[in-house]
Amino acid sequence: MKRKMKMQPPKNAGKLLKRLLGLLMKHYGVAMVIVAICIIINALASVQGTMFMQVLIDDFILPLMESQQPDYEPLLREIIRVAIFYGLGVIASYAYHRIMVNVTQGMLKVFRDEMFRKMEQLPIKYFDTKAHGDIMSMYTNDTDTLRQMISQAIPQLFSSIITVISTTVCMLILNVPLTILTFVMVGVMLFFSGIIGKNSSKYFVAQQKDIGSLNGYIEEMMEGQKVVKVFCHEDANMQEFNRRNDQLFDSAYRANQYANSMGPVNAQIGNISYVLCAIVGGLLAIAGELFGFGSFTLGGLASFLNFNKSFNMPINQISMQMNSIIMALAGAERIFNLLDEEPEADEGYVTLVNAKRENGKLVPCKERTGLWAWEHKHQNGEETTYVELKGDVVFDEVDFGYSDEKMVLHNVSLFAQPGQKIAFVGSTGAGKTTITNLINRFYDIQDGKIRYDGINVNKIKKADLRRSLGIVLQDTHLFTMSVRENIRYGRLDATDEEVIAAAKLANADGFIRRLPQGYDTILTGDGANLSQGQRQLLAIARAAIADPPVLILDEATSSIDTRTERLVQDGMDKLMKGRTTFVIAHRLSTIQNSDCIMVLEQGRIIERGNHEELLEAKGKYYQLHAGAHA
Amino acid sequence: MEKTSKKLITLCVLASIATPIFMLIEVLMETITPRLMASIIDHGVNVPGGNMEHILKVGILMVIIAVVGLISGLFGAKFGAYASASFAKMLRKKMFERIQTYSFGNIDKFSTAGLITRLTTDVTNIQNAYMMVLRMGMRAPASLIFAMVSAFMINAELAKIYLIAVLILGVVVMVLLLIVTRYFQAVFQKYDDLNASIQENVSAIRVVKAYVREEYETKKFEKASDNLYKMFVKAESILAFHMPAMMITVYTCILLISWKGAHLVAVDGMTPGDLMSLMAYCMNILMNLMMLSMVFVMLGISVASVKRIREVLKEVSDIQNPENPIYEVADGSIEFKNVKFRYRKDAEDFVLKDVDLSIRSGETIGIIGGTGSAKTSLVNLISRLYDVTEGEVLVGGENVKQYDIESLRNQVSVVLQKNTLFSGTIYENLRWGDENASEEECKRACRLACADEFIEKMPEGYDTYIEQGGANVSGGQRQRLCIARALLKKPKILILDDSTSAVDTATDARIRKAFAEEIPDTTKLIIAQRISSVQNADRILVMHEGELNGIGTHEELLESNAIYREVYESQTNGAGDFDEEMN
Repeated sequence: MKRKMKMQPPKNAGKLLKRLLGLLMKHYGVAMVIVAICIIINALASVQGTMFMQVLIDDFILPLMESQQPDYEPLLREIIRVAIFYGLGVIASYAYHRIMVNVTQGMLKVFRDEMFRKMEQLPIKYFDTKAHGDIMSMYTNDTDTLRQMISQAIPQLFSSIITVISTTVCMLILNVPLTILTFVMVGVMLFFSGIIGKNSSKYFVAQQKDIGSLNGYIEEMMEGQKVVKVFCHEDANMQEFNRRNDQLFDSAYRANQYANSMGPVNAQIGNISYVLCAIVGGLLAIAGELFGFGSFTLGGLASFLNFNKSFNMPINQISMQMNSIIMALAGAERIFNLLDEEPEADEGYVTLVNAKRENGKLVPCKERTGLWAWEHKHQNGEETTYVELKGDVVFDEVDFGYSDEKMVLHNVSLFAQPGQKIAFVGSTGAGKTTITNLINRFYDIQDGKIRYDGINVNKIKKADLRRSLGIVLQDTHLFTMSVRENIRYGRLDATDEEVIAAAKLANADGFIRRLPQGYDTILTGDGANLSQGQRQLLAIARAAIADPPVLILDEATSSIDTRTERLVQDGMDKLMKGRTTFVIAHRLSTIQNSDCIMVLEQGRIIERGNHEELLEAKGKYYQLHAGAHA
Repeated sequence: MEKTSKKLITLCVLASIATPIFMLIEVLMETITPRLMASIIDHGVNVPGGNMEHILKVGILMVIIAVVGLISGLFGAKFGAYASASFAKMLRKKMFERIQTYSFGNIDKFSTAGLITRLTTDVTNIQNAYMMVLRMGMRAPASLIFAMVSAFMINAELAKIYLIAVLILGVVVMVLLLIVTRYFQAVFQKYDDLNASIQENVSAIRVVKAYVREEYETKKFEKASDNLYKMFVKAESILAFHMPAMMITVYTCILLISWKGAHLVAVDGMTPGDLMSLMAYCMNILMNLMMLSMVFVMLGISVASVKRIREVLKEVSDIQNPENPIYEVADGSIEFKNVKFRYRKDAEDFVLKDVDLSIRSGETIGIIGGTGSAKTSLVNLISRLYDVTEGEVLVGGENVKQYDIESLRNQVSVVLQKNTLFSGTIYENLRWGDENASEEECKRACRLACADEFIEKMPEGYDTYIEQGGANVSGGQRQRLCIARALLKKPKILILDDSTSAVDTATDARIRKAFAEEIPDTTKLIIAQRISSVQNADRILVMHEGELNGIGTHEELLESNAIYREVYESQTNGAGDFDEEMN
């Protein structure tokens, strides 16, 4: 579970920014234009304010001082005029902040929803290769940095740019040499910000790594907390924890130290820039007055110094925002990568429909009849055929590997007729679970063919294929909702009576009724308050309610005691009468009444037959059986 | 350990004191600068012919002040970072330490994910807030007060306007923040829920896909996400008033002061320079007020985190060491006297109902029973992983509550049903049982647990690195390693809670044989689902719905106990399991 966090600006920062802004414009184009206008109005209002102060003194107060009968009328008019501008500024500011709330939260919702929708479409392989922590971190950390960027960095960057441009123009008009001086000092400022920024991002990277390391340790120890207790290993844990905690402290301290230094350094360089301009400007003004060349006046200097100050501010702001922009772009890159993932391919066109029999022929119908048919629209023309869904599964010389380099299954051939119970036996890693994952096309095979009711599974729409298969997986997962809803997950339109019937069939009704709120008890944390066996019973009920023609049980009863298992099995046998069942188990009693048992070893079927035949053959199965009775 | 933590506390306190001091010096320098700038204009430039000497003199002074400001700013940055980082470090340590003392009961109360969030995200929130408070908490009010005092010194009448403005704005901002924090707490709760459901979806993706529920889940998610969006907009739209409220105040002040100031200048002889300074202070005061409100926002966010961390720190382990503990366990005898047990006080039913039982030292006891029959609950009471609700449990003739917990658990070794290996080599994992165990001892324990064969087949043998949770060994191998680890404690009582379920029957039998031969004096309690695992035990307990349904030898129970007979019959035809790892 190593999490990599890069703080370096992503290589294609420009592209990422463009795409991000593009999305922003696509969803909130009009709003963003209004926001931009508001920012400009706001900036103009505050410029108006700065100008007003000089006008106030030069044009109103000084004359007032000199007149004997002061006339306040013009001043009042000016104040009202400025007040109107201010009022506009306030309204623009409110509008901009209020709109940005919708834009920011709206964009986050767009990202969240698109990420989730995409995630649900991704093939299982994606989840195999990505640490779950990394996926989660996209929804939490990365969207958080995006929020920062959209709500703060982008508008601030925009208003900073406007301020920089307008002040540059004003400064150039006032005095060119001083403007150059100001720019040189900005260069110095950027140089130091660069150094500080580089160091701080170096330590931020280290901090992320140390957080990862500490989190990993905490995660592992919290998961194994009960074992820690049993072995009284608390003190040893503290030592290792302290070591990692120290490391994190060190990098966090340095990272923040550098980040904190940015402000004071920039501010003081700004002050020095101001002083230099004052001195040089003073010299220029004095020289102009003394020798009569140039037109730089004292008033001009005063204004210039003001502009110098308001020029440094946005530069400082931009350099402070840089860290968050870099982080946001790195986050955006990860999010875009997810959004760009290829969804699970589905080229299937054979669909599953409700059917009824009319004059011995299958015809599709709307209502649920309990009879299903594959609707096969043949590619050559108009012809559509209907094949009854029976659960006839054939593997024809199938080769498969999770990657092309390493094959896991070699030349697997098997057939299961409707109503048969097929069992897979073999050691961990022999390929039992893999075979079942191929039937429902969690993975696609490299070579060979898998046919379902005589149709190549590649031609069947994945959703319809999976709907026709009930699977109880090795790892039981339950959802945070009531027990009733968890069972109903198998068939969303099932009635309450059907839910209870399924629970009874799985022998889960008893313990469910003993839960605090019975069927309405909300399960949390993957059913954390249930025992492993109880969770398996719920998973079986969930599969049973789906009432599928083919059932795959992958170690579905491993944590259920043999007595309960027998009861469950009787129920399942009744349910699955006339339908196909695939069973993976290491408990002999679970599999021995199977119609056919496949013994797998290193991805090959080495023996097949029913219990008696296999014992007769005195091969691997016989050995295992004998071992079991030793 | 104590010494280093004391040193750390001292350093943290020192840094916490030093930070605001340096920030104050920085503020001081910052407030002097405008006055010097004004002096350059008024006395250097704005005099006939200019005063170059004055400009240079003040200029140099300003550079010195800038340098002092820079240095104190840098120290403030350094100490602020140090103080907050060390504060966070201590918080994490305190919490982890506290969690280590938790009993099983305490652990059940918090979810693993909840504890991790508290140790990471919540601590980070507090760290940021703490740094903000140290750096700005002093600086902003000081700067504000300084500006206010200066304003009053220039003109009390005009300065009153600021005072009123600051008070009004202060109240408005406070009200805004109070409303907002309430909203935000609710929003963050929803946000956590949403993330939890994503997490659930990621880990259960196979179930989602197997049942073709992608669209269903997406719809469900979009609904929750939309709900969250609405809540966030509601909360933040209140915050959108913050900035305009500030601006209205600043602008009103400027206009009022212009109007009144003009009169004062015209009639009462106030100078234009003073008026300019007042305007400058206006900006200063309000900027600092904004800073302060940001500090409050940060504090508001961290309040929720503080609450959650306090939950962890306040949680007192419900199993405590006795006052004068016994350190020696006399022998491996166990006795249950009228034991009743439930996990929570508010639970209606007892999980264990009135269990009476006596086990001699060195006896081998098998325990059989259906799913949820309280087998695990029964054995967990022996090493005091939970405390009985009523009655008492005795080990070696003494109530378990009399023992030093560590001594008791070292003598009563449990192999848990849900067992975990940790990342590290096999040796390192084994030495959890006894940190001083020699390689020979480790190997012997592995031989007893029949783990030696597969370990020796591994390329790096006992130095093979086990991944987190033991992901790179099979279920059966993991169980055998866990047994070996428990054996290294050389316990007087060994409890195996369904610890060989993934081990094939033959190996299971060999392990039991080794136990009988090599550690005959150790009391052994074996919970199993397979009859073959307990068949040869001295006595077998049959548990049923929290009660002792039967006790006796295999033959006796077959004769007298219906449940036992039924379990036996369900397994006789082809009883046993296939080996999970045939190779």
